[in-house]
Amino acid sequence: MGKHKPDMIKGTLDMLILKLLSLEAMHGWGISERIQQASDGELQVNQGSLYASLHRLTREGWIKSSWQATENNRRARYYALTRAGRKQLGIEAEHWGRLAMAVQRIMATA
Amino acid sequence: MRWIANLAYRLRAVLAPEKMERDMDEEMAFHIEREAQKLVEQGITEAEAHRQARRNFGPAVRNREIAREAWGIGAVQDLRADARHTLRGLRRNPAFAAVTIFTLALGIGGTTAIFGVLNEVVLKPLPFHEPHRLVAVHHTMPGIGVDETPLSPALYLTFREHSRTLEDIGLWHRYSMTVTGLAQPEQVVVARVTAGLFPVLGVSPILGRNYTEEDVSPGSTYPILLSQGYWIRRFGADPSVVGRTIRIDGSERTIIGVMPGDLRLGTLSPDLYFPLVFAWVGVGNWSFPGVARLRPGVTVEQANADLDRMTVIATEDFDGIPLSTLREREFSSFVRPLKDDVVGGASTVLWIVFGTVGLVLLVACTNVANLFLVRAEVRQRDVALRSAIGASKWRLARQFITESVVIGILGGAAGILLAYGGNRLLLHMAPPNLPRLEQIGLNPTVLMFAVGMSLLAGLVFGTIPVLRYGNGALAESLKEGGRGAVSGRRWLRLRTLFVMAQVAMVLVLLVGSGLMIRTYQALRDVAPGFERPGEVLTFRVSVPSTDAPTSDDAARTHQRILEQVNQIPGVTSVGAAGSVAMDGWESWDDVEIDGFPPPPGETPVLRRFNWVTPGYFAALENPVLAGRSIEWVDVFERRPVALVTENFAREFWGNPAEAVGRRFRTGPEGGWYEIVGVVQDVYTAGVAEPAPTVIYWPLVVAELWGMNDYTTRDIRYAVRTSQQDPASILPQVREAVWSVNPNLPLAEILTLDEILANSMARTSFTLVMLGIAAAVALLLGVVGVYGVLSYLVAQRTREMGVRLALGATPADVRRMVVRQGGFMGTVGVAIGLVAAVGLTRLMSALLFGVGTVDLWTYATVAASLIGVVILASYVPARRAASVAPTEALRWE
Repeated sequence: MGKHKPDMIKGTLDMLILKLLSLEAMHGWGISERIQQASDGELQVNQGSLYASLHRLTREGWIKSSWQATENNRRARYYALTRAGRKQLGIEAEHWGRLAMAVQRIMATA
Repeated sequence: MRWIANLAYRLRAVLAPEKMERDMDEEMAFHIEREAQKLVEQGITEAEAHRQARRNFGPAVRNREIAREAWGIGAVQDLRADARHTLRGLRRNPAFAAVTIFTLALGIGGTTAIFGVLNEVVLKPLPFHEPHRLVAVHHTMPGIGVDETPLSPALYLTFREHSRTLEDIGLWHRYSMTVTGLAQPEQVVVARVTAGLFPVLGVSPILGRNYTEEDVSPGSTYPILLSQGYWIRRFGADPSVVGRTIRIDGSERTIIGVMPGDLRLGTLSPDLYFPLVFAWVGVGNWSFPGVARLRPGVTVEQANADLDRMTVIATEDFDGIPLSTLREREFSSFVRPLKDDVVGGASTVLWIVFGTVGLVLLVACTNVANLFLVRAEVRQRDVALRSAIGASKWRLARQFITESVVIGILGGAAGILLAYGGNRLLLHMAPPNLPRLEQIGLNPTVLMFAVGMSLLAGLVFGTIPVLRYGNGALAESLKEGGRGAVSGRRWLRLRTLFVMAQVAMVLVLLVGSGLMIRTYQALRDVAPGFERPGEVLTFRVSVPSTDAPTSDDAARTHQRILEQVNQIPGVTSVGAAGSVAMDGWESWDDVEIDGFPPPPGETPVLRRFNWVTPGYFAALENPVLAGRSIEWVDVFERRPVALVTENFAREFWGNPAEAVGRRFRTGPEGGWYEIVGVVQDVYTAGVAEPAPTVIYWPLVVAELWGMNDYTTRDIRYAVRTSQQDPASILPQVREAVWSVNPNLPLAEILTLDEILANSMARTSFTLVMLGIAAAVALLLGVVGVYGVLSYLVAQRTREMGVRLALGATPADVRRMVVRQGGFMGTVGVAIGLVAAVGLTRLMSALLFGVGTVDLWTYATVAASLIGVVILASYVPARRAASVAPTEALRWE
């Protein structure tokens, strides 16, 4: 086996997408690329899951999409955070913080 | 409100999946494109970059599927796929589709049609305000054999004044009047009503005003209320009709309003309403149906106790029959829900017919279930394969259930069409006294019922293959190479049981219709008291007092009409009477017979009164057994004479001849009347009921009910012809009547045969319904037996081949299969016989002249049904015997 890459923890992909979209509107490829770059290639995004996440978040009303021209003048679907999405991001970030801390505490003591 | 957006998203996905797909494809194409661009920027060749970009993206089809799941419409998509799969399957196997759908359609269509009638007639509440508080008020006098009579004026007034349980009570009375001056002279159906009747029912005029107490008190100007139908028909729904006058029975009457269109009194839907004013108020004269509204919270029992209390008060306050007599007659008043009164015996008939078609539906379902079992058998290997490559059990079950539900819905849709046709047919055949029929149709309730039945049927059939493939039968079937020998036996046994149940149900239906046929025969065999009713045309003519002011004028008018009609070629005899046969015009009272003084405290029995012209008994061929008939001289000279029926004569004097010359009177102070003749009994209450004792009066009676020259102006003519179709002389008859007086309408034109048939309509309706149901069930049953045996033979082809190879003759093999069919038939018939004994008891009220356990019917039906089953097994048996041994062994 080569270098082991951690699986995306269930539900974190949604949170990461919300986080990235809170900075600027992006298309699917952009999000995928940014996650890899920002995690120094530690996190690999399954493209099927990526689009499933985007569609689900749209359905939930946390993000919305619109077709726009890219810098190269290609048509792409850009996703942007809604107000409900911003609130949801707050909730998820807080959950994540608590979860990470709890896990960290156990790892430190054991 | 986020859930709304969420739902809207899913709806979009369901309704416009193409757009969603297009967007997703474009989005993913862009993704790959952009990835490739990145790789090109890193210095890779264009073609290589595209290849690598696609690899990086991963499996495109799978990714699309994963993304699609996020649309939240997985169930819908599966359903769609399953439905598509089912329809494709049905197209590939049209015979299966046609048979199952048609069979279900028969069952669902039949039940839906009957349910439509049942719902409208029996289940739906009456169209009145708070109908549960409405009751019909009746009297009963079991002491003298009178089950039920309408109300009398004295009791009505007492109940109104003293009741603690009734809010109010209204009376009405069926009547017939002649309207002239609008178009042709017309005889109209009139309800004479008290002022309280409409408020009790909670209906008010749609135009104008209701009756007041003055309108129904002596000195009334007799104003008229129109029915909506009559208003539209004769006045073109002119709103200015209120205040106008209309000529009724020769007098101008003012129209004060219009009543709503759906108003019905009992089963009567009148053209006009007329004030009901009592000329005489006493405890007797039971003529007026009463409707009362219970006070809130009052039960029927409390109201009955209240009525008993008030009967005593009535005898104290009014003249007439003393209390002791009423006690002796076990006289009492009682109420029962108005709806029971309106629906009456119709509900028994309809529930029986509904139960019958329910059985047909069951037979149909059994057939369909059997077909599904066969199909499940056939597809066993296919299913096992799908299961092996990873289809979950739940997914497979869902596929089966979708399939059967689709068939159920298709069957239901076809059934609804059938029900629509069936309803038309029912409207044609329904007995005339079946109430509330006019609104029958496919309303939402009935459609819901049909859809519910379809879905239920679909779900039930769907579970059959699911059960079939449950508990690990699948792997086994793969191992066995599809023969499923072990579990197959068990399922075959189930199918045999189905067929037996089917035969049993068919038997019950056949026995039911057999009993109805016997009843019908028994009814037709009763000599009704008149001969060859097919030759007799009847119609009513009423002579109003404006056209013939005196009694003699009225009688003479009728006499001249009779003479004119008698001269028409083809007419052999003619006469007329207040009521002909069982046409429903009734009048009753009691008389006192000379030499039979009523013991103190007891008054005579109620007799039916009828008024006849000379020639009436001859026209009906109702023989005069002793003495003579009525003659015109009796009428014009006011002779105190009358005729009675044979049963009346026998009651007092033992034989008809003895009765001639005897006397009776209508009250203790009245004059005596002489019995001048005795005629044969007539079954005027319908041939299934005992013939009532009748007194026949002349058209003009010197003194009756406190009136001098009591004159019967409205009579039904009976014209006996030598024509095949008596109605063919109707134009000449009309001319004859109008040659005497052009203002006289002919009403209720019916042949005597039709009057007789109407009195048996309930029997013939039930008979036809049961007959159709039994025929359909028999057909389905035969198909069922045939199907199972064919399958059995196909399954055992190899066995047959071996038997034949080992020396069995084709006849042996044939006999073996037929015996199997005969066995199923016999067991089914045995079960059916037991069930029939129990179930036919429910229809005992409809039977006449035959018991529910009628050996002849049971034996005939059982024998013929076994015969039919054996016949149905003969075709598969022959196929089994014709198997070539070599071929059979090569099979598989």
